[in-house]
Amino acid sequence: MKDVAVIGAGMTVFRRRMLETGKELSFLATKMAMEEAGIEKKDIDMVVMGSAPDAFDGIHMKGENLSDGAAGTGKPYVRVFNGGGTGVFAPIAGWWHVASGAADIALVVCEEKMGSCYPHPQTAFRHIWDPILDRPLNPNLVWLFAMEMNRYMSVYNIKKEDIARVAVKNKRNAVGHPCAQIPDEKITIEDVLNSEVMAWPVQRLDISPPSDGASALIFCSADKVRQFTDDPVFVSGVGWNIDSTMWTNRDLYFPQYVANAAKMAYKMAHINNPRKEIDFAEPYDPFDYKELHHMEGLLLCKKGEAPILTREGVTERDGDMPMCPSGGLMGVGNPIAATMGQKVCELYWQLAGKAGKRQIPGDPRIGVGQAWGDIMQMGTVIVMRRG
Amino acid sequence: MTGNDEMVPKDPRGTHVGNKDIYGRKITYSWWEPEVQYNWALGPAMSRFLEELKKGSIVGRKCRKCRRILVPPRMFCERCYNPTDEWVKIEDTGTIETFSISYIDSDARKIKDPIFIGVISLDGASPKHGIMHYFGEVKADEIHIGMRVKAVWKHVSERTGAITDIKYFKPLKKGGGKK
Ligand SMILES: [Zn+2]
Repeated sequence: MKDVAVIGAGMTVFRRRMLETGKELSFLATKMAMEEAGIEKKDIDMVVMGSAPDAFDGIHMKGENLSDGAAGTGKPYVRVFNGGGTGVFAPIAGWWHVASGAADIALVVCEEKMGSCYPHPQTAFRHIWDPILDRPLNPNLVWLFAMEMNRYMSVYNIKKEDIARVAVKNKRNAVGHPCAQIPDEKITIEDVLNSEVMAWPVQRLDISPPSDGASALIFCSADKVRQFTDDPVFVSGVGWNIDSTMWTNRDLYFPQYVANAAKMAYKMAHINNPRKEIDFAEPYDPFDYKELHHMEGLLLCKKGEAPILTREGVTERDGDMPMCPSGGLMGVGNPIAATMGQKVCELYWQLAGKAGKRQIPGDPRIGVGQAWGDIMQMGTVIVMRRG
Repeated sequence: MTGNDEMVPKDPRGTHVGNKDIYGRKITYSWWEPEVQYNWALGPAMSRFLEELKKGSIVGRKCRKCRRILVPPRMFCERCYNPTDEWVKIEDTGTIETFSISYIDSDARKIKDPIFIGVISLDGASPKHGIMHYFGEVKADEIHIGMRVKAVWKHVSERTGAITDIKYFKPLKKGGGKK
């Protein structure tokens, strides 16, 4: 298996609705990554596209539709997706294209356009529920998270204000991100606790917004990387895992499938003690409680300990273990697959010392990114390190 | 390398469009309303489950290997990866595993009367095995995880063989057995 390095990353701005089509957004993110790497379309051997449910765009089999924008024409090209897990799964697929020796240079493009869907992107989410057991109850996807959040809170006796801290931290972190949709320097815990109740315990400011956007990453095999950079960042481990669709048959307080994916990635990365060896993380945070839930799933703390560490400031950008230094989905936005920009491109920017205003102090060496998808069942994990 | 003011990525591109641009026709757009219907054959497990609901009863399937009693029922056990072995009658009482009180409908529109929704693990099934359903005859300050509940069925003449043949689950004890 070959070692795999990152040589370029790109990202469009994230907004509720964008003028550009999905293809055009893909082109903008891809071109930015190519410019950083100093390569052109002809230099790319293979392309991976990540994009989540077709129902948002209203274009069935949109992988093929997006291929032109993703520099895919005339090349081996494949779309992968597992709902919200896609933003980390697409780069995992990009990694195996290069690690296997099949490609020297692989491009990964992630795109999502949720703003086209009316009356609300939530309407499209109706189609992911089980048609027999769930859909006759007219569910809203927020119910799932509300039920999981309530279970998590009640098992550990967690207060809502300790969850609201995550929303505050991430929206403040996002102030340093030029793509961010809802950065907020002045937001307080009270703002979150006083926001409109959507589905208790989930309130308006506990949720990341739907967005349009795209992101891109370029992977290169280690034996070719020195022609592009002297300070490469490597992928050192990947993992993914799925639990049963029968989500009403398991206890939602702990995401075991995320822990399974993390163990797979840590084993590959030779990480024995994730709490000590990992310097920072980008856990998937479509809701504020999910950052805490996923910190525990990623084995970065004990079960039930994430809210305490957050209250103590450990997860701030200048804390001992920063979480979501990008600003996460809570601050930068949630164009589902395109959140590769926060969960994986950010690892690269931080580890290369290129994160500018968002740079974590103390020269971080190892970071982990994670995403989560389908009906609360899919965990995707990537570990990166400085060369 | 730390502590500088540089914004990364540098000069990201893309153009924001607001509601005003759309409803004011400031941008060019097109509109599409898909029309499609589905007819799902439900397979042996779900067909029997729904037929039993119509009769006012809940059934599961037992896997003899892992000894789980599976609700919702399936013809194979996804853990043991073998066919399940027999039908088992399940009670229409159970325990609230988790719940939410929703102020939005399935299109994310605000609603006036909140929907009480949650997961009920059913008596007679394996621990934590249950279904999602509504709650009724319970107040926001009474409902809690661990509350014992019982199904309220539609009148037999109104049942159609659907999960909604159960109207909702209500507290087993009047007043709900406070937290
Ligand atoms: Zn079994």
